[in-house]
Parts: sequence; C-alpha cells; structure tokens
Amino acid sequence: MCLGIPGQVVAMTDVEQYLAKVAVNGVQRVISVRLLADQSVEPGDWVLVHVGFAMSKIDEREAQLTLDQVRKMGADYVNEIDAFNSSEIV
Amino acid sequence: MKFVDEFRDPAAARALVKSITRLAADDEFKFMEVCGGHTHTIYRHGLEHILPPGIELVHGPGCPVCVIPMGRVDDAMWLAEQPDIIFTTFGDMMRVPGSKGSLLDAKARGADVRFVYSPLDALKVALDNPTKHVVFFAVGFETTAPSSAVTLVRAKQLGVQNFSMFCNHVTIIPPIRAILESPDLRLSGFLGPGHVSTVIGTRPYRFVPQVYRKPLVVAGFEPLDILATVHMLLQQIRDGRCEVENQYGRVVREEGNLQALKLLAETMELRPHFEWRGLGFISQSALKINDAYADFDAEERFSMPGIRVADPKACQCGEVLKGVLKPWECKVFGTACTPETPIGTCMVSPEGACAAYYNFGRMHREAANMIGETAGV
Repeated sequence: MCLGIPGQVVAMTDVEQYLAKVAVNGVQRVISVRLLADQSVEPGDWVLVHVGFAMSKIDEREAQLTLDQVRKMGADYVNEIDAFNSSEIV
Repeated sequence: MKFVDEFRDPAAARALVKSITRLAADDEFKFMEVCGGHTHTIYRHGLEHILPPGIELVHGPGCPVCVIPMGRVDDAMWLAEQPDIIFTTFGDMMRVPGSKGSLLDAKARGADVRFVYSPLDALKVALDNPTKHVVFFAVGFETTAPSSAVTLVRAKQLGVQNFSMFCNHVTIIPPIRAILESPDLRLSGFLGPGHVSTVIGTRPYRFVPQVYRKPLVVAGFEPLDILATVHMLLQQIRDGRCEVENQYGRVVREEGNLQALKLLAETMELRPHFEWRGLGFISQSALKINDAYADFDAEERFSMPGIRVADPKACQCGEVLKGVLKPWECKVFGTACTPETPIGTCMVSPEGACAAYYNFGRMHREAANMIGETAGV
C-alpha cells in the first residue's frame, strides 16, 4: 500500500476540488492533486501517485525510469494497477 | 551478474558496490532501513548479498500494516460486524489477523467488507449507499495520513452524514526514537524513509545525528538508491561527519509538503499514546481525528470494545520490527506462519519483512552468493 507510482496528468477535471485525470500505464483515472495545491499542476506534468493522491511532482525522465523499475516488481505492480483501475473517486 | 543487470544502470551499481566495499574495508556496520518499502527492495533484489559481508541491513518498524496491534484489528472487525455497516479498507489490511481471525473472515461470515484503493473511494461508497454507514479503516504513516485528511475535509464540505473513519495513522519519528533508546540494538546509521519524507521533509530527523550521533540518509526505493544510500552513510562515517542527508532529492524536499502538513494539522491531533505491535505503547506516536471533525470519527460515533490483546506467544513480530531478529530466525517463520496463513503482521503485507523474505529472499540467497563470488566482493 505504500507504493508510489508515476502518472501523467491528462487534464484537470475539477479545478475547484483539485481533481485531475491521470494516466498510469495507459489507464486513466481521476485522482486528487489537493496536496500539490500550492504548486501549479498542469496537463503533461508527471506526479507520484499514492492511494489516489498526487504526492509530489517529478520530472519526465525520472518518471519513465521509475516506471520501468516499478514494472519489474511484477505481481505487486499488477496489484497496485488493479487497485488503481478499481478507483472511482468523488 | 543477473541481479545487478536488472538495475537501472548496472555499471553504476557495480561501481557503487566496489566503492562501498572499499569504504567498508574490514569493519562491521549495521544500518537500519526504517521503511518496509526499502525492505521489499532489498530482498527482491538480493541486495544484502551484493553488499560486502561486514554490512548488515536491519529491518525497522516502518510497515504501517505490521505495527497495528491486535486489539485495533479486533475493533475493526467489531465495527465491520455491526448492522448496516459497510467497512472499507486498503487491501493489505484484509488479512491482518486479530484475535478472532481477519477482516476477510468477517467478510466470509457475512459482514460487508470492501477493499478500496483510496479513502476518497470509501467516501464515494458512502454517497452511493445513503441507507448504510460507511467506515474507512485509516492506516498508514505520514505518507498516507494526508489523503485521509483531504477525505475528511471533503466529507465535511459535502455534508456527508453516513461516513466515518477508524483512524490508526501513526507517525515515524517516535518509533525511531524508541529504537535509538532501546539497548538491544547497536546501529551505525539509518536509511531514512522515502515517501514519509515527501510529507514531513528531512528536518524532523535532525535529532538522530544531533542527540544520538547516528547518520541518517533519506533513501529512494530502487536498488540503486539503496546502494547509493549505503555509500553515503559509509562516506559520512569515514569523513567523521554525522548528519541528515537526502539521497531521494528528486522527490523529497527539505521542507516536505507544506500543504499536506497544513491539512493534517487542520483535521487531526496527536494521541497522548498509542500501542504498536511489538514495540508497546509509544507516547505521541499516532494521530486522532480532532474535535472539528469529530462527526467523522468512528471512535466517537461507536462504542468500540477497545480491548488490548497480547500478541500470540509464538509470534515474534515485535523482535522483527525492532530489527533484533531476522525473519528466518523467528520460531514459526515459514512453518506455522506463511503468507497464506499468517500468524503475525510481518507476514501479511508485501512490505512486511517476513513476507518479503519469504517471497524473494530465500531463493536469492544461493544465487546471490554466486554473484558475490563472480563479482569478487
């Protein structure tokens, strides 16, 4: 549960509620970017996603390399992606 | 060199191992990795076998699933079995044993227990089920607590009446202090937790070098990060320095995430004390939902039993969590206690030291020793 997975912001879906659509490994879900409210988050940005929240902005190269490493985790990565896929937040 | 070749930059890994070996010389070092995510990386990649034999990595208490005491799991199960309740939890908590089985068992007995990815998903369940009361089992260190904080703020904003949280959030500094005060362990330094530090920053660790004279380096989660961190710790010791350093600067900022800290302060307060599995009661080591959000506090809404339950005698999770025992040194490891039928929490979560060792460590041991020989370390 403590895993952080890089995702790319696709669109801000609700600016007032800090909700953004993020793509993780080709799957798009809405997450909260409220924890980054004091930074500007824009489509194209990469963020570290943990339990449906963007924790930190990361640069693109870093995000790709981290994603490659996370993919090598096998089952745990699949579980995390499955969990992400199941998410349907308010 | 199978394992090293899996690394992001195998050449860098080889160079680091060489440099670590030179710095370590023939001395012995014992470094604690505080975070369960690091334990997972170490076992998955067989890092302890790639490092020179004088360097021992000891597992710490930083697995939030592992440190929840049995009594709290029993309370969660009691809540789940109340009428008209939907009990929501992270998947990892489903199989954590209480004194009468796990939440999975409660589900099998007919309780409506659902796994969610995010606390905001739990809030959605509440909105979708207005005739039921939805409880979210909030666990986790400062990494996860801000997500609960945002969910509380959102629930209040929406005026949701049928949602509460059973808050079990814990903080990382008190158990580190407890371990430093413990006479059992002589540590040379710490690999500091990565994602917790994205929230709290690196300043709260300053007491580790200042008061206890141990270096601490905040570390990332990839195998190369762990090696680089061990290298930084050794370099500090060889330079005669003792400070907090940040190896995970690409994600962790010195000041942490101020927005997350502000939301935590708005919604939660420190408990006077909290029980940790294996570590006992630690003062000011956990968070409680504050008065402003008391309507969403399951502990205020329900009269839970709140009975303290001692760990099973056979279970040595406490010693494992303090780094005193290695997983395989526990009496029931791999026999009575396995990931399929866990007795202790360390065998449940993928970040638990026992589960990580059970799943990866054993098969790596022999292969990694071979690598060590061919690498000449």
